[in-house]
Amino acid sequence: MKRKQHLRLVAAVAALAVLATACGSSTTDIATDGGSDGGNDGAVEAVPAAVSECEAGQTDGDLAMFNWTEYIDPELITAFEDEFGVSVTQDNYDSNEAMQPIIAAGGSGYDFIVPSDYMVSILIADQSIQPINRDAVPNIDNLLPEFATDLPFDPAGDYSVPYQWGTTGLGVDLSVTGDDVPQTWGLVFDPVIAAEYNLEGQFATLLNDPRETLGAALKFLGYSLNTTDAGELEEARVLIQDARDRVAAYDSDQYDELLVTGDAAVTHGYSGNFIVQFDEADDPDQFTYFVPEEGGTRWVDNMAIPFDAPHPCTAHTFINFLLDAERGAQLTNWNFYASPNAAAEEFIDAEVLEDPIVYPEDTSNLEFISDTGDFEINFSDAFISAKG
Amino acid sequence: MTALATPEFEKANEKNKRRQGVLLALPAYLYLVLFFAVPLGIVVVYSFATRTSTGATELSGWNLDSYGRLGDEVVRTILFRSLWLAILTTAICFVVAYPFSYFLATRKPLTRNLMLVGVLIPFWSNFLVRNYAWRVLLGNDGPVSQLTEAVGLGETRILFTPVAVVLGLVYGFLPFMILPMYAAIERMDWSLIEASRDLGATGWQTFRNVTFPLSRPGVTAGSILVFIPSLGAFVTPEILGGGRTTLLGSFIVSQFLTARNWPAGAAVSTVLMIVMLIATISYFRSGGRTL
Amino acid sequence: MSSNKQLKGAAKNVLGFNAILVYIFFYAPIALLVLFSFSDDDLVGRWGGFTLRWYEAFADNEQVQSALTISIRVAVVSTLVSVVLGTMAALALERYRFRGNTFFDALLYLPVIVPDVTMAVMMLLFFAAGRDLLDALFGISFAKGVATVTLSHIAFSISFVSIVVRARISGMSQRLEEAAQDLYATRFQSFRYVTLPLILPGVVGGALLSLTLSLDDVVITQFAAGPGSTTLPVFVFGLIRRGVTPLINAVSVVMLAISVVLVVLSLVAQRARDGSAL
Repeated sequence: MKRKQHLRLVAAVAALAVLATACGSSTTDIATDGGSDGGNDGAVEAVPAAVSECEAGQTDGDLAMFNWTEYIDPELITAFEDEFGVSVTQDNYDSNEAMQPIIAAGGSGYDFIVPSDYMVSILIADQSIQPINRDAVPNIDNLLPEFATDLPFDPAGDYSVPYQWGTTGLGVDLSVTGDDVPQTWGLVFDPVIAAEYNLEGQFATLLNDPRETLGAALKFLGYSLNTTDAGELEEARVLIQDARDRVAAYDSDQYDELLVTGDAAVTHGYSGNFIVQFDEADDPDQFTYFVPEEGGTRWVDNMAIPFDAPHPCTAHTFINFLLDAERGAQLTNWNFYASPNAAAEEFIDAEVLEDPIVYPEDTSNLEFISDTGDFEINFSDAFISAKG
Repeated sequence: MTALATPEFEKANEKNKRRQGVLLALPAYLYLVLFFAVPLGIVVVYSFATRTSTGATELSGWNLDSYGRLGDEVVRTILFRSLWLAILTTAICFVVAYPFSYFLATRKPLTRNLMLVGVLIPFWSNFLVRNYAWRVLLGNDGPVSQLTEAVGLGETRILFTPVAVVLGLVYGFLPFMILPMYAAIERMDWSLIEASRDLGATGWQTFRNVTFPLSRPGVTAGSILVFIPSLGAFVTPEILGGGRTTLLGSFIVSQFLTARNWPAGAAVSTVLMIVMLIATISYFRSGGRTL
Repeated sequence: MSSNKQLKGAAKNVLGFNAILVYIFFYAPIALLVLFSFSDDDLVGRWGGFTLRWYEAFADNEQVQSALTISIRVAVVSTLVSVVLGTMAALALERYRFRGNTFFDALLYLPVIVPDVTMAVMMLLFFAAGRDLLDALFGISFAKGVATVTLSHIAFSISFVSIVVRARISGMSQRLEEAAQDLYATRFQSFRYVTLPLILPGVVGGALLSLTLSLDDVVITQFAAGPGSTTLPVFVFGLIRRGVTPLINAVSVVMLAISVVLVVLSLVAQRARDGSAL
């Protein structure tokens, strides 16, 4: 189906090129030959990618991994290479949005990717990832029940296997706000609360991400962060716009550093990054992280296999390898994000397992971000307009 | 030059020259057609397509809807802000780079080479790392703030303001101005300048009527090489401007990546390219004629 | 008369002073970058005492080393190719008139004008379509990787080179080349001994610019790359999300050191040969 779309595209470009050269004054014209037979009629028909015929422990070549930066302990990679006699190349991406088009275009050459929740549903809808052959991944039984089925982005768990999860919330510098700071988004969005806790002036940072930041505002207003109601979205937009004077930056990369260096006092960001940063501060107790009581985002990154992965069996084996109890624990002990692996818990360091930042006690007010389809454009537009 | 040549010879010579020109141009031409014009054509095609609800692009049902986005007030605001900042950046680069390139061009060859390489060396580190270094320099209690405080100007908070964005852009693009300007000034016919001075022209008159026109091709090329990338910049506005100053580059990135609305991204880029292409060509043409 | 001289002296001083300021401006962040590559703290900007651990980390980190090697390879190859093609294009446009040169002119400016992310998307779609087309027509399959990254870099570098070289050639007199050809120099000889030395500063400037652009590109590279072809800027871009450590500074310092050594070597070699112009 992808190929058909490409060939049609080539035909369209060829037509355009012929048109351009006909009107233009060029002497040496290059006609993009061929491909004109691909421009046939018909909508793109949905043919789901087939399940790869693989057995547990089978490998069919070296593994090309496309993952978030520093998201896997290098020792795990070495261990996999040693155990299965294949080599692993790793390339990294910095956002779901930078990874998705590369996979969707086809021919990426990657065998293994780690998309987040809402991106999984998009990849499934576009048939960019293939179904997981459960027979090749026996360790899938190690997953906690809540991660095995009923995840909104992949209800049957057919296409993705949870890797790690975390939350999005606020990191606060207690030396600015005082120790008894209320756990509310109002620290950013409510001018009265902000003033009360010395957060006037530009002391806040918000994620430079429409869904996360509008989601926080929506939660503060008591709405779902997956709303498709234009009125609710507008309220959230106005809230962010009005908070502009208190926001130093919209930043998705360095919020934790800005907090620790004193360039900001309340920053919006992802749980795991804060922990690493707080650990290295002179006085770790000076900082805290929480998901505000109004609720916030819970995200889960998942292992998946591109539709045209050259080595799907090695990818299955790698997924199974990471789902092993001890190795699942090693992932979490290395980068401080929570594990969806029940069997791994006994091997996870106690200080990590008991850290409420990693494992929040109450997850009832957390929501996954889900793809809102056409309404995504409204989110994007509202965010641009709110930032000014 | 060829006043003595016969018309026949002229004609044969002309034809020969034309063939030589085509031969010289051919490799770059072929390369750019294949690896640039065709890919560009694909994106132009996309600008007439439709975004599906998952953010993929449906190559059918061609329409002009994406071009309608250009009328949005947000887009206009961003456009004018970007134009203004890009003009400012180009102007500052010009004011700094012209005397610098002049100075450079008048050094001895060895000094000149060393100085030129000295301009480029910082840029062989890493773009992002340089931007983050500026973030540290400009941060609260950073070296720049401490310096201004020490000289009695008080604490400065430049980071995450448009000033920081312009500063970052000037830093990033100054070499783009210096290189062509230097190349143009260095080959100037200095005897013309001496002649002007000998004829009693003041320094300013000589500069205005002789030096500047002679260096004009470098100025033209340099200002294009600074202005256009400034307009499309998105990393510096994000890192040094804290994402508070949305510029055209960031807007296009947000259309392609965040909103996954490729037709919109393609439409905005297409219009931008057409406008800039016309402006660039006419700018170069006028620059060439006034010589 | 004497006041005029004084004025001239003053102007000279102003020019020199401006140059000093420019270098301070250029090197201020570099100084900070180098300084913190020796800082024993995970945060760039917070001094934690002297250490060499970031350089040790660099020596141990194969991913960074491979990214650095790939970056240099791509930069060198794309610069060489685009300098040759770009210079030829510049000569063609400035020295010759031929049909279609308006179109060619426009085509040469476009890569400078196109926004980075748009070009990235272009290359992504192009290589995907090209791959399917080659496969369907000839059964040839190619994989994205260092080659496709290099091809994309050449596509934008040619334009930058040709613009800088044209700034040099534009308005330059052709008398010398004509004289050479009148003296029966072959076309190649007249190019090698007359034209090339004349346009060399422009060519060198274009090469430096192309090298810089290639070493800095993130988005286009990201979209044109395949497994195992991550360049250094792409790697750093990803790292930022997990926190920039002075490891990145150390890598930058290594790159700076390599370029300084190369520059010094080439200057020495040149001096040994003639000692005149670049």
